[in-house]
Amino acid sequence: MSLLIKNGRVVDPASSTDAVQDVLIAGGRIERVGRDLPPAAAATVLDATGKIVCPGFIDIHVHLREPGYEYKETVATGTRAAAAGGFTAVCCMANTHPVNDNRSITDYIRARAAVEGVVRVYPIGAVTRGLGGEELAELAELAEAGCVAFSDDGKCVMNAALYRRAMEYTLPFGAPVISHAEDHQLSLGASMNEGVVSTELGVAGAPAAAEDIMVARDVLLAELTGAHVHIAHLSTAGAVRLVRDAKARGVRVTAEVAPHHLLLTEEAVRGFDANTKMSPPLRSKRDTEVLLEALVDGTIDCIATDHAPHAGSEKEGEFDRAAFGIVGLETAVGLLLDRLVKPGALPLATLISRLSRDPARLLGLPGGHLAPGAPADLTILDPAAEWTVDPARFQSRSRNTPFGGWPVTGRPWKTLVGGGIVWE
Amino acid sequence: MGWTRKDLLAMRDLDASEILLLVDTAATLQEIAGREIKKVPALRGKTIVNLFYENSTRTRTSFEIAGKWLSADVINFSASGSSAAKGESFIDTAKNIAAMSPDVVVVRHSSAGAAELLARALPCSIVNAGDGAHEHPTQALLDLLTIREHKGHFEGLSVAIVGDIAHSRVARSNIHGMRKLGMTVTVAGPPTVIPPFVQELGVKVAYRLEDAIRDVDVIMMLRLQHERMTAGLIPSLREYSRYWGLTLDKLRAQARPDVLIMHPGPVNRGIELSPEVADGPYSVILDQVAKGVAVRMGVLFLLAGSRGAEQA
Repeated sequence: MSLLIKNGRVVDPASSTDAVQDVLIAGGRIERVGRDLPPAAAATVLDATGKIVCPGFIDIHVHLREPGYEYKETVATGTRAAAAGGFTAVCCMANTHPVNDNRSITDYIRARAAVEGVVRVYPIGAVTRGLGGEELAELAELAEAGCVAFSDDGKCVMNAALYRRAMEYTLPFGAPVISHAEDHQLSLGASMNEGVVSTELGVAGAPAAAEDIMVARDVLLAELTGAHVHIAHLSTAGAVRLVRDAKARGVRVTAEVAPHHLLLTEEAVRGFDANTKMSPPLRSKRDTEVLLEALVDGTIDCIATDHAPHAGSEKEGEFDRAAFGIVGLETAVGLLLDRLVKPGALPLATLISRLSRDPARLLGLPGGHLAPGAPADLTILDPAAEWTVDPARFQSRSRNTPFGGWPVTGRPWKTLVGGGIVWE
Repeated sequence: MGWTRKDLLAMRDLDASEILLLVDTAATLQEIAGREIKKVPALRGKTIVNLFYENSTRTRTSFEIAGKWLSADVINFSASGSSAAKGESFIDTAKNIAAMSPDVVVVRHSSAGAAELLARALPCSIVNAGDGAHEHPTQALLDLLTIREHKGHFEGLSVAIVGDIAHSRVARSNIHGMRKLGMTVTVAGPPTVIPPFVQELGVKVAYRLEDAIRDVDVIMMLRLQHERMTAGLIPSLREYSRYWGLTLDKLRAQARPDVLIMHPGPVNRGIELSPEVADGPYSVILDQVAKGVAVRMGVLFLLAGSRGAEQA
C-alpha cells in the first residue's frame, strides 16, 4: 500500500525544509521526499495543493482517563480527538483510577490502545505509588512496560528528598521525570491566579510563586542529580526565567506550554465559567507575552495541550467547586495557527517544530521528521479553512473548553498514522 | 431613568444613576415600617424564593419581611434539610425551583459567582444576597442609604473600611458603590487580610488603624472570622483586637466628632468593636438593619414590579 502526497507545502523542521514537494509513503514509512515524484510510483495519489504537510504532531501531555474515568474519556474517544486535532501520537498521564503506578495498568492502557487507539499512545508512569507522594512506584518495571516518562501530574511531589530519589533512580532508563510544579500549600484552596482579578472576584488565587518555587526546586534537583527534568505546563514569567537560566548553565531541563496559557489570561475568569479553571491557572497578560517569547526562542521546548476532559456536571456548577482542566486536542492547532501564526507572532516552522520534532526528541519518541525510513506519521494542515469551535462536534467524550464559538482560520486537514489516513 | 436589568448581581455592574435609583426607591419605601398595617399590594401575586446555601439570619429575615410587606408570596429554601443535603447539585436544585415559576430568586451561597451562574441558567430575576467573598450588593445599598440619611449626600465623603478585606463581599460591594458615587475609600487591616492589587480598585490602603480612621466621615468595621487564625493570617484574636479593635479611646483620639460607625453584623463584641463603641452615640448599626428591609423592598419592587409592568 503506497501513497503519494502531491504538491503540498512540506515543512519539516528537522531538515529545514519549507518547499512545495511530494511525499511518497510505502509500507507505513516515508519512502522519499522530493520535487515532482512520478504518480505512477504510488497506488494512491493525494493532491495536497495549498495544504501544509508536516511531521505528525505529538502531544506529550494528555489525560485519556482510562481506566477508571471512562465517563470523561476513553482511549478510543481520546485518540479519535487527537486524530481530529492533527495529532498522531499522545502521551497519557498516570492519574487514572487505578493510578498507572504498576505494570498491569500500563499493559492495560497499551492493550486498549492496540485495539481501539486511533493514534499512537505512549503511557507515562506515576512517580509515586497511588500519586500519594510518599513512596516510589515500581519505576524500573514501568519503564520496561513501556512508560516513556514519569509524572504525578495533577499533583506535585512535595517531598524534595523523595523526588530527588526518583530522579536518581530513573537515570538509567533515559526517561525523564515530568514535574507538575505547584507548591500545594501556597495554592491551597485556590481556583485561579492571584492578582487584581481574583481580588475583584473574591475567588482565592494561587500566586505565581507557587509555581516558580517548585520550578526552582526541580531545576536544582536536576542539577544535583544530573537527571533530565521536564516541566509541564509552564505558565509564569518567573518560571520561564528559571528555565532559561538553568539551560544556560547546562542543566538538563526542558519545558512545555499549553495553548490556553498562550491565548487566554485571568481576565477570562470574569463571568465565573468553570471552563476557565485549570491548574496552573490562567495568568496575567505579561505572563502570556513572556511565554510566547520563550516558545519562539526555544526556552520552552514544545507545546502540549494538557487535554483534561471532564463531564458537564463537573464543570457547570460553582466555580470554586468545579474540576480543574480543559480539553485541548481538537482546538490547539487551529487556535495557534489563527491567533499566533496568522498575525506573525509565531513563525509557522517554529509552531510545527514545537509540535513535532521537539516533543519527539524530548522523550526519544519515533517520528517528528520526514526523513526516508521514518514512520509515515503526518499531519496535513489546511491553512485557509474557516471554521468555528463547536464543542458539540468534538470527538472527545467531553466538552469542557473555553474556546466554544471562537472563529478560526486554519485546521488539520488529514492525519496519517503509519501511512494510513486516520482522520480527514 | 428606569430599571432595565433582569438581575441584581454586583455593584460593579451598576452605574451611578442605577445605584441612586435603588437608594431613592428604598428611601421612599421606608415609611412602610412605621405604618400600623405594614402591607402594600405592590407585589401581590408575585412569588419570591429565598434560596440560602449559607447560614444567615439577618439577610434572610430582611428579604422575607421585605417581600411580605410588599404582599409577595415568600418561600424560604435552605440547603440543610433539602435536596441539596441529599446531594443534588446547585444548578439542578435551581432549575427545579425555576420550574415552579418564581418571579425572583434571592440567592446566598458560599461560592463566588453563584448568583451569576443562576442568572445565566434561570429565566427569572436573581438577587445576589451574598456570593462567597465576591459581592453583597443589597448590603452596600443599605450602607449607602444609611450614610445619606446621616450625611445628606455622597460626593466627597471619605470612608475607612477596616478588617478582613480579603474575605469580605461587603467590602467589595461597598468599594464599587462608594467609588461610583464620588466617595474616597481607604481599606485597612494587617497586610495578610488586604487582597493583592486592591489599590487598582481605586482605594487607598492603610496598615495602622489610627491612620485609617483619622478625619474620615464613616468607619465601617468588618467582622473577623475565627478561622482566619488557623489559616495563619493573624496570630491571635487578642493581638488583632489590641491593634485593630475600635475602642472609644482610639475613636476620641483620632476620629472626627461626627463620624459614623457602621458594621454589617454580626458583631464580635470586644474583638473588632468594643461594646461602648458598638452601642455608643456614633454607632448606626441598628439603623443599618432597619434600612436593610427598605433596600430589599426597593430591589424586589424594581425587579418584580417592573417585570410585571412590562407584561401588562
